[in-house]
Amino acid sequence: MSIKEIQAEIVDEFSLFDDWMQRYEYMIALGKSLPLIEEQYKIDRNLIKGCQSKVWVHAEMKDGKVVFTADSDAIITKGIIAILLRTLSNQSPKDVLEADMHYIDEIGLKEHLSPTRANGLVSMIKQLKLYALAFETQKNNMP
Amino acid sequence: MLQNWAYNSVLIYKNSHMKPLEKENIFDIQKIRSDFPILKRKVNGYPLVYLDNAASSQKPQVVIDAIVDYYSNYNANIHRGVHALSQEATDAYERSRNKIQKHLNAAKPYEIIFTSGTTHSINLVANGFTTLLKTGDEIIVSALEHHSNIVPWQMLCERTGAVLKVIPMNETGELVLEAYEKMLSDKTKLVFCNHISNALGTINPINQIIQKAHEAGAAVLIDGAQACAHLKPDVQVLDVDFYVASAHKMCGPTGVGLLYGKEKWLRKLPPYQGGGEMIAEVTFEKTTYADLPHKFEAGTPNICGDIVFGTAIDYLNQIGFDKIAAYENSLLETATRKLLEIEGLRIYGTSKQKTSVISFNLEGIHPYDVGTILDQLGIAVRTGHHCTQPIMDYYKIPGTVRASFSFYNTFEEIDRLVEAVKKAKQMLQ
Repeated sequence: MSIKEIQAEIVDEFSLFDDWMQRYEYMIALGKSLPLIEEQYKIDRNLIKGCQSKVWVHAEMKDGKVVFTADSDAIITKGIIAILLRTLSNQSPKDVLEADMHYIDEIGLKEHLSPTRANGLVSMIKQLKLYALAFETQKNNMP
Repeated sequence: MLQNWAYNSVLIYKNSHMKPLEKENIFDIQKIRSDFPILKRKVNGYPLVYLDNAASSQKPQVVIDAIVDYYSNYNANIHRGVHALSQEATDAYERSRNKIQKHLNAAKPYEIIFTSGTTHSINLVANGFTTLLKTGDEIIVSALEHHSNIVPWQMLCERTGAVLKVIPMNETGELVLEAYEKMLSDKTKLVFCNHISNALGTINPINQIIQKAHEAGAAVLIDGAQACAHLKPDVQVLDVDFYVASAHKMCGPTGVGLLYGKEKWLRKLPPYQGGGEMIAEVTFEKTTYADLPHKFEAGTPNICGDIVFGTAIDYLNQIGFDKIAAYENSLLETATRKLLEIEGLRIYGTSKQKTSVISFNLEGIHPYDVGTILDQLGIAVRTGHHCTQPIMDYYKIPGTVRASFSFYNTFEEIDRLVEAVKKAKQMLQ
């Protein structure tokens, strides 16, 4: 599925909820299903700065796609990463780089995040795109 | 022990086994709440429950009106104009300084320096000590300090070759005074400690800390940022050398603070910043500095904010710090008791001497998650390390949820908090 299709699917899922509580309960459930990072990658070098909770992200290339795994010590944060990873993992670096992330607004997430937390979200997106940029640059520099 | 009335009332209350004071016995809480327009707000569809008072207090209408009054009626630069507005602004500015002097019982009005806040005040003193310290001298700080209270001293040590020592804390969040006394020597030049810990609410035994430091010949700076919202320090009784605080935690505006310094110390310290207002005579060969307090007030100050700081202090004094302390202690006791009924909830900072701050965690749940759910329910608390990473490291936790109560909070709001924490626990477990 393309990034746009997955985003539409997520927006659809979130539109079913009547209130914030259902939305957060769903996010907490998503957090529990996050593709967990391997213990060896849960190191300071993989920490994302700017989040109140700890967030580790690892990225690798598999068959031309970026595969992200992540973890956090806070469950709501894990839910947010799970949504981001569902959209951006297993996509080509170019598609990750070009992805429009405005669906975050549509699912009513950003408005419920305080500035410091929103910064965490922004940092996460930035970090995922930086990984994609690194892989894309690497590919283009190959002979 | 402190001779201060407000502080004593805390002790009297704490040491007795009185029934928690009923709110109507102390003051009319609804009338007080009506002074604060922001308390009528709704957040996420719920009436706001503001429990982040240790970070910043809300402002009563008189303070908001005083800001409008200044800009509407007598806005002008101070201390140099010959015209009427400048004179009125200067008078109001100096009146505010006198109010602060009286409030802290400082000996002289010029022992009060207006600053941009506690951090500015601390940096002013730390910078001044650069010329007074030499390699091998020692500065003592407490383990309960805010980052803003650690970094300026580390920088001072880097500049001078002085050594930083730390008074350790124990499990209840109290300072270990025996260790402090052993640390003191003729090398100790400065002791720095907060009056009340922002992360845990512990009221530190600053009387003993000051006395012991003086016996060793060291100066003492006390950070009253947290304390001044809850009690009225008497700098002469405390015999403290420097005392600092911020207006915004005392119902006043942001960007305003105070530095109290004993006259002999303020004369000894060099100016912090160069600029207008702080000079007597300037030629390209030599500048002579203005007398106190202007020596430390370079440039055009936050005139409006400094004036309104006085208004905020008047407001607090009209309510009375004895009543504020008694009511807030009643809130603290009720909230502590009700929160501890929640299984798996742990409170950090359990000193018998503490103000209305409750730092807690739910077992196995990240404070950030709890804070997020509370926010959804219209409850403002602080989550994180509260700029006190050393304390968090001591307890081996990433942070806490901190609910801090003010005299305008109610017992009903405690119930809202408790219900919301239960809800968060149920959702996050």
